[in-house]
Amino acid sequence: MKRFILPLVIFLVLTGFLYKGLSLDPREVPSPLVGKAAPAFVLPLLHEPEKTFSPKDMAGKVWLLNVWASWCGACKDEHPVLMALSQQNLVPIVGLDYKDKREDGEATLRKAGDPYSLTIADADGKVGFDYGVYGVPETYVIDKQGMIAYKLIGAVTAQNLRDTILPLVAELQAK
Amino acid sequence: MRYLLIALLCLLPRFALAGEAKDIADDPVMEKRMILLAEKVRCLVCQSEAVSTSHSDWSNDVRQIMREKMKAGATDQEILDLLVERFGKSVLFDPPIDEETAPLWVAPFALMLLGGIGLFFKLRKRQTELTTTELSSAEAQRVSALLDDAAESAPSSKKDSQA
Repeated sequence: MKRFILPLVIFLVLTGFLYKGLSLDPREVPSPLVGKAAPAFVLPLLHEPEKTFSPKDMAGKVWLLNVWASWCGACKDEHPVLMALSQQNLVPIVGLDYKDKREDGEATLRKAGDPYSLTIADADGKVGFDYGVYGVPETYVIDKQGMIAYKLIGAVTAQNLRDTILPLVAELQAK
Repeated sequence: MRYLLIALLCLLPRFALAGEAKDIADDPVMEKRMILLAEKVRCLVCQSEAVSTSHSDWSNDVRQIMREKMKAGATDQEILDLLVERFGKSVLFDPPIDEETAPLWVAPFALMLLGGIGLFFKLRKRQTELTTTELSSAEAQRVSALLDDAAESAPSSKKDSQA
């Protein structure tokens, strides 16, 4: 009987690791930018290209930077969640229209509704690159000092909003 | 080399006019260098593929940024550092050894060593078990009697028993 214990233990440990592996997404790479200052940039607004936005404009506020695009499928999934969030007025959401045509981005917001306090246009994706964007949608939580506190790769859902993002926002706002 | 660089620099404004460069090289030497460098970088959206061979949009962007940085005179290491800063060490196929990655590098050897030590003791234990097994004289007599018996009762297999 004893001789079966060791192989059994090894089997169970291996199975445990493999089982865990099933639920991990290899695309979710931990961002090295978390805990660092949000990269500076100046970009034109989507709706008013003659005006510009820079992260400095949000100094002293906790805000969300939501990277989206009209060509992005998962962005349509998170859109209703963002709409609901914007109506609660808990935290300003800045939209970054990533590698998109201005008219396409505008049309999407006109049709589906605009959850953003303001939207900036990153037509060539240079700012997205600075923020380590490689899959859209991505969402950053940026604190009052302009530090990236959290990065979400993939769609915002009611669940991760409730469990992770909003508690973090509340905590940062209280600081 | 320096004159070549200066000549290339003079061409720079023309590249700027050409807009976004596509995969087809403006400058074969630099393109070669870029591809060599891109082989070291993991395509984050396709997994297990290098940026040099990937057709994904993201890899295209990374190659484009490599070209721009190279044109601006950045060294290969500077470009890799830039990518690591943005996307983490996992963008490199061959990540550096540091506190964070050390367990990954050391673990296989540690496990092998552990297994080796275990095997060593197991084999040594077996060795001592084998050498301590001795027959009593009565048992030895019984064995030889049985062997004789077998040799007599089965002449057809004589060859085997003698061997």
